[in-house]
This record gives sequence, C-alpha cells and structure tokens, in this order.
Amino acid sequence: MANNLVQIPIISWMNIRNIPQRLGTSSVAVFGVACVVGVFIGVLSMASGFQRTMMKGGADDVAIITRSGATSEMASGLGYAQAQEIANLPGVARSGDQPISSPELYVVVDVTKRTTNSSANVPMRGVLDAAFSVRKNLKIVEGRRFTPGTNELVVGRAIQRQFAQLNVGDKIKFGSTQWTVVGAFEAEGGLAESEIWCDAKVLQDVYRRGNSFQTIRVKLDGENGLEKLKEGLASNPTFNFSAELESNYLAAQSEPQAKFIKAIGWPIAILMAIGAIFGAINTMYTSVSTRTREIATLRAIGFGSLPVAISTLVESILLSVLGGLIGAVVVYILFNGYTVSTLNVASFSQVVFDFAVTQDLVIQGIWFAVIIGFIGGFFPAIRAANLPIATALREI
Amino acid sequence: MYYLYFIMKNLGRKKVRTTLTCLSIIIAFLLFGLLRSLGNAFDQGANLAGEDRLVTINKITLIQPLPYSYLAKVQALNSVAVATQANWFGGYYQEQKNQFPQFAIEAEDYFAMYDDLLSLPEDQMKAWKANRIGVVIGKALVDKYHWKIGDRIPLIGMFTQENGSTTWEFEVSGIYEAKTKGADTSTMLMHYSYFDEARQYGKGTLGWMIIKVKDKTQSEAVAREVDALFANSPAETKTSSEKDFTKSFAKQFADIGFITSIILGAVFFTMLLVSGNTMAQSFRERIPELAVLKTLGFSDTSVMWLVLGEAIFLSFLGGILGLLLAEVVVVGAAESMATVLPGLVMNTEVLIQGLLLVLVFGVITGAIPAIQGLRLQIVTALRRR
Repeated sequence: MANNLVQIPIISWMNIRNIPQRLGTSSVAVFGVACVVGVFIGVLSMASGFQRTMMKGGADDVAIITRSGATSEMASGLGYAQAQEIANLPGVARSGDQPISSPELYVVVDVTKRTTNSSANVPMRGVLDAAFSVRKNLKIVEGRRFTPGTNELVVGRAIQRQFAQLNVGDKIKFGSTQWTVVGAFEAEGGLAESEIWCDAKVLQDVYRRGNSFQTIRVKLDGENGLEKLKEGLASNPTFNFSAELESNYLAAQSEPQAKFIKAIGWPIAILMAIGAIFGAINTMYTSVSTRTREIATLRAIGFGSLPVAISTLVESILLSVLGGLIGAVVVYILFNGYTVSTLNVASFSQVVFDFAVTQDLVIQGIWFAVIIGFIGGFFPAIRAANLPIATALREI
Repeated sequence: MYYLYFIMKNLGRKKVRTTLTCLSIIIAFLLFGLLRSLGNAFDQGANLAGEDRLVTINKITLIQPLPYSYLAKVQALNSVAVATQANWFGGYYQEQKNQFPQFAIEAEDYFAMYDDLLSLPEDQMKAWKANRIGVVIGKALVDKYHWKIGDRIPLIGMFTQENGSTTWEFEVSGIYEAKTKGADTSTMLMHYSYFDEARQYGKGTLGWMIIKVKDKTQSEAVAREVDALFANSPAETKTSSEKDFTKSFAKQFADIGFITSIILGAVFFTMLLVSGNTMAQSFRERIPELAVLKTLGFSDTSVMWLVLGEAIFLSFLGGILGLLLAEVVVVGAAESMATVLPGLVMNTEVLIQGLLLVLVFGVITGAIPAIQGLRLQIVTALRRR
C-alpha cells in the first residue's frame, strides 16, 4: 500500500509532463469543459444578478404594508385616511413627533428601451418627502429632487442608462402629460435604481387615483417593531393589510423569475456536461492508447496497476479543472457586470440588473468540471489498469 | 451500397469511440431541438397573431384603463369589422403561487374575435351566458387544477368588490379548446358585466381593445385612424398590430433569441470540436489502410468520398436520434409547462433547420480528413509506418 502511495505521484507527474505530446486531444477536452462550465456559470449568473439587485434594495428595519393578498405593489391599494392610521400604529419609528412613514403609488409607464428600441414597462413611483427618509441608502447624484406639485421626475441611475430620454434636463411624455427629468439617484445598485420617482400628489391626478395610495413603507421602531405593527394592523377590524420586512418582500418578488432561469439553466448545463463527458472519455481513451507501451513498461518494471489507473484519473480531472477555470475566467471577463433589464413577472415592471459571476457559482462550476473529469477518466483508467503487459509491450 | 458496407465496417471497428462520438452528436442536436423550441415558445404569441387584428392600449401603459365609451366609437368606424375589449383581472387561486391569467371580456364577441384560435361548444356558450358568475377555462387549466364544469372557484383578485371583499366567486360553465397547436389555453375568461358591476373602483373603464379590420392590407391606416380619434384627449391610445404588440411584449423580457443563439453557438462549437477531433484521429490511424486501398486501384475521389461519407453518416445517425429525442422531451415538457410557457412545440421549421445542420456538421467534421485522403500519396503514406 505504502508502495502505491509513493508510485501515484510519480506516475501522475510523468503523465502530466507528457501532456504536450497529446496536445491536440487534450486541448479538445479542456475546451469542451471550458464551454460547459462557461455556459453553466453564464446562465446562472443571470439568476444570481437578478436576485442580488432585487434583494440589495431591501432593508431589514423597514416594513412594507400592502393589502392582504396583493401579489405585487401594483395590486395593492389603500386610502389616505388608512395611510394616516397605519403611520400612527405602534412599532413605527418616529422622528420628533412625526412617524417615519412613506405612503406611495406604484404604476408603470411605457419608456423606450435603448437595446431593443421598443417600449417596456418602467416602474414609476409617486412619493412624498418621507420616501427619502425611509430609504437611507438613496442619494441624489445629479441634479436635484423634484419640486412637489410639479411634473418633475428623478430617475434611478440604472434605468437612466438602459432607457432613452431619461437624462437630466430631458423632457418626456407619458400619454398626454409632459414631464421634466430634474435629477438622478443611486441606491447602492438596489432595485430602486430601476425606478422613476415623482410627486405622489401629481401622479394621483394624472392617473386619476383620487387621494389614494398603494403601499406604505415605514421605518420600524426597534427589534420587535414588526410584531407590534402586525398586532396593530390585526387589532383594527376594518383593516385588511399585511406587513412584511422589505427585505423578505423583495426576496419573494424575485423568486419566481430566478427559479425560472435556474429551471432552464440547470438542464442545459447538465446535458452539455454529458456531451463533454463523452468528449473527455474519448480523450482519455486516446491518452491511454498512445501510452500503451509506456504503461506496459512501467508495469513490467514493478509499478502497480492502481497507481497507473489513478494517474489516468488525475490527468483527466486536471485537464477538466483547467477547462473549468478557463471557462469561469472567460465568462467572468465577458459577462460579469454586463447590464441588462428584464420584465419581472411578479411586479410586471422592468428590473435593471448586472450579471453576477459570484464565488459560489465559480465553485459550483469547478465542481462540475471535477465530476466531468472523474467520469471521463474512470473507464479509461480501468482499461489502463487492465492492460495485459506482454501483448501491450509488443504493440507499437 | 458497396461504400456503405465499407463505412459501416470502419465505424464498427472501434465501437466505443464510434458510440461516444455518436452520443455527443446526439446531445448537440437534442440541445438544438430544445433550445430552438424554447426560443420559439417566446415568439409563439407573435406567430399566432392574426394579421387582421389590432390591439389598442392606453398610450401611457398597458395597465392604465381606457373609458368604456371608446369601444362604441371604434366600432362605429367604417374600416373596422368588429371590435371588442378585455380587462386584466389579476387574481390567484388559494395561494399566491397559483397565478394564471384571467380576463374579463364579452363572451360572444371575444370568441368571435379569436375564432381562428379558440373554440367553445355552443351549449356551453349558452350556459355560460346565462350564468352571471360563470367562467370558461382552457385545457391547460383543467390539466393543472383538475377543474370541471360546475365547479365553484374562489379567486383572490387584484380588484376590491363593492362590499370590500377581494375574494371573487366563479363557476365553471365551459371548457374551451385550442384550434391551432400552441394557442394559449391557460386563461380563464369571465363576464365583463359581472366584473364591472361588482368592482369598487374603475367602473366604466376597459383594459384594452381588440379590433378586427375589414381589409388587412389597411391595418396600419386603421391603427392611425383609431389613435387619431382620441388624440389630445385625457386618455390617448396606442394601436398596433397584434403581432407587433406581442412581439414588443416578449421583448420586455430580454432578447431571448439572442441568448439562446449564444448558448447554441457554444454547444455546437464544443461538439464540433469533440467529434471533429475524433474523426481526424481515427483517420490518422487508418492512413496506411487508405494507401492500401489506393494501391488496389481505388481512385483519389472515391477515397475522399469514403472518408466524407463516414463523417456524414455518423452525423446523420446522431443528429436524427438527437432531434427525435428532443421531440419526445418537448412533447413531455409541453404538458407540464402549459400554464407557464404555452406554445412549447417543436415545429417543422426547427426540424428542417436541424436536418440541414446535421449535413453541415457532417461535412465540416469530415472535410479536412477527406481532403487529406484525396491528396494522399501512396508511397509516403505506406512509408509512415
């Protein structure tokens, strides 16, 4: 056994040094795995980027209150009086004697997407001053805030880059109403950057919503603020609202779409991996057959069959991992940070996000490569171990 | 025949290698079939869109309603054959994850508008019209929720009723079917009259209008005519052909076609390399044999055809099996995904493209060895051993 342990690294190392002699077939195996891992990481980085953007915007000390059963902010609704009552419930943090509570309207408007040159549902949020105090990570980075009572807009950085006519100073028409963009904001890459903001009162008029809102975001007062708020909502029999942490709410909103991308990405990756395994098996069989004489010689001078088999496996896994690394690096260079926007079905509005090649994905991709290498090398390794020495030596 | 025998013999020599190459080609074409069908499913709406149908929405956005009075004005236009309207209901069944489309419509007008895609038995139409809370559902919904005629279905809706409740009660009056393969049957259709009477807000509005024009060559002109009717009003409209409407909606997700082509490109490049390499390798091993063939009197071109034929044969073997497998998987997946992705079918277009690709694939992988075979010099080749 100890003998085997010594032999394994010797033969493996010899094997690896010989790879340049089989450069053609070896590079095919490497390339095959690189493509598989590249596609795998590429597709799933869409899902992870989407989820990252959706969840980054969610704070843990902010609750979002919607009508019970509303599947999105757009489907929710509440009146002005209700908004006032909710703001004064226990559990809502206060600044001075005012509750930190932001009633908001959420609609979509058609804006032209630069890449496709066709219009898409861009979310437009009607807000009051409080919206800025509820979201602490939001900063105006260009221009200024809108003046209440006017048709002025501030736009998220992400949506501004992806959609036309949203530069500061631009005038844009939604239906028959003209608006002026007066500022742009950033929100640490979170979901809010995919939105257009305007004065809630103006939006109520334009959309004929009377004095109603759709959701309320409140700053929670301490650890058990959410519980107190929930109790308060439940104690009023005329209320039909539910409160949830903003972070949880947004995570739930991102789930269906991310799941859909994964549901398509995984089978493609697995099928491709099977294809690559066939390629790897071929490569390793070739490797074994070109080394027939070498292996037989080794066996003849006393090397065991196990080290020979393992050296074949090592070679296969090594080539495969090399391929995986190349695939991961290429995808990282090409796609990481690549910005796209898509329609989030859950909210029926566009979300701008970056492909995110995360560490997790790279690790998963490398594991994928290891598995391909292992299966690809397994049968050739058995063949290598079982080579009949005498006949193999005679072979040329 | 003679050549075919030769090719078979050659392929049968290293069975493991032939099988592995064939399997990787199968995988490549299986992926081709699946990805193309998937890409097509996103375009399916546009493919089924009627050439004579227009869709009118509020210019601000699809979700903003239009006054109900608009419908009569459009119907009065000379160039319009029929016009009807539909509304998004946005409800779910029991749990939020059970979401599917529901439209509030006018029963007969709606089915007349889509008579090329949907059909509902006459007696069920009659029963439906007589039932205020009646709905008709498509086959995909029947398969998913196992509802049948007479079932009561409570939905939690986006709209509040006048009594403050958001739970709407419906009763299944009929089950409609798709007339064309790939038409969406995952929608529930309810009476507009019930919806509009019961809802608390937004009474007297409609979601969007669907217009059938008299002369389909005049579609664009009619679209402009409709939009002109409501220009400078508080609710301006945007009318486009049904095809453009569905296309631009599909584009909202992303350029699905672009993404699938990138993946397909990567797949094919990989598989081409893998099997091309194997072919080249098996050819190299046989160079002395080919020289012997030439010595026996086989012409240069027939040796070339022998090698090329082998590559094309293998490509067809794997390619056809792969495409068949894709068809089986797509048929299986179409059932379970009917509510998420209606219109998942592998059409003949994909099949023909696949077969062409099979040929190209074979020619490319066989080309270099075949040319080498053509140019092979007997003396040098025999000396190589």
